[in-house]
Amino acid sequence: MAAPTSNKLILPRYRRDPEGTHPPLDSPGYRSTALRHPKQPLVLLPQMLTEVTGPLLGPGRLGEFDNDLTRQHAEEPQGQRILVHGRLLDGDGRGIPNSLIEIWQANAGGRYRHIGDNWPAPLDPNFDGVGRTITDSEGRYEFITIKPGAYPWKNHDNAWRPAHIHFSVFGQAFTQRLVTQMYFPDDPLFFQDPIFNSIPDEKARQRMISRFDYSRTIDHWALAFEFDIVVRGREQSVFENEEEEDE
Amino acid sequence: MTTPSQTVGPYLAIGLPWEDGPTVVPEGTEGAVRIRGTVTDGEGNPVPDAMIETWQADPQGRFDHPDDPRGRVPGFRGFGRCPTKPDGSYEILTLLPGAIPGENGEMQAPHIDVSVFARGLLNRVVTRIYFPENTEANAADAVLNSVPEDRRGTLIAAKTDDGYRFDVRLQGGAETVFFDV
Repeated sequence: MAAPTSNKLILPRYRRDPEGTHPPLDSPGYRSTALRHPKQPLVLLPQMLTEVTGPLLGPGRLGEFDNDLTRQHAEEPQGQRILVHGRLLDGDGRGIPNSLIEIWQANAGGRYRHIGDNWPAPLDPNFDGVGRTITDSEGRYEFITIKPGAYPWKNHDNAWRPAHIHFSVFGQAFTQRLVTQMYFPDDPLFFQDPIFNSIPDEKARQRMISRFDYSRTIDHWALAFEFDIVVRGREQSVFENEEEEDE
Repeated sequence: MTTPSQTVGPYLAIGLPWEDGPTVVPEGTEGAVRIRGTVTDGEGNPVPDAMIETWQADPQGRFDHPDDPRGRVPGFRGFGRCPTKPDGSYEILTLLPGAIPGENGEMQAPHIDVSVFARGLLNRVVTRIYFPENTEANAADAVLNSVPEDRRGTLIAAKTDDGYRFDVRLQGGAETVFFDV
């Protein structure tokens, strides 16, 4: 039996992102897009119940050291220990609480613990490069990890990916789902990287670069980088204006 | 301002799969159906480094979410996640979603929202799974009706012995319909 329904469902709506925020699926500079981008135009999907709700995946997903990638093995991994912290925010600057963040990355030498990665840099027996955490009541998150190395790939002649950490976030709604990459300030490899440069809008591109954060370094322990992740904000729906406005 | 999307790259399998990701409901759940499919590229080759995520209402058409104005109904995760195998295949075990209200008091046919991530996709692509037995509800569904008629079939799963088949063709002949969400 279907649930009883009223004729007026008052739903939150999420603002669509400005043109140039996200990379075009057809980005020839990144060769893997050639056979994998849709050629037909996308069909506009109105945001309805399925799109404005989303999975709320909680603490049951977390193990003790999931947010400390340096303590998941008997010994410490090689490399520069760093604290990566920031907030998961919506487009209006509101922190998104109790929301799952997942990360994965290469080790200090730029090698992933993946069967497909066999470039000649050593694996680190003490580093998996996988982390998870849940944002706190203000949307804050923290990871302790190792600064990942740059690594070569076959996209173009002498191609190197700038050091990066993959971030996966859910926010509170299907329409907010986002997978991105966090980069490090002043990376000399940006100029030749088609994935970083696939973002049309220069200001948007800069939002993927973390900020060195001396105030959060841990003396004799770790350097620190701050990275805020911003997902779509809510539109003011006409139905939300029923409260008396202050004169 | 929103953080831009980037590709999951070729190594999502170290970070994103969960042991219980493909089982939206546990094995053996009464009424559970298996949705299987293959992700293929513009040459028809399997995509072995993709990941499918699903999000759906429960069989009564309800969500475990505070923004459902009809009230939150806890207990059904509604979320599935499955990386593709070397042959491009994925599978999800779930319960069929119920019909849910759409816009202007109309009902939406039962559907599952799907995100596809992969190396070579700089942003996820989004599609929907509809079910072939809901002939009337599908015919009246506003979203299906907004899709060019000759492409609607790419959104409708095919019945199998233990559930359904839903293939994702990222590009080319019979390319799956993808939505701007």
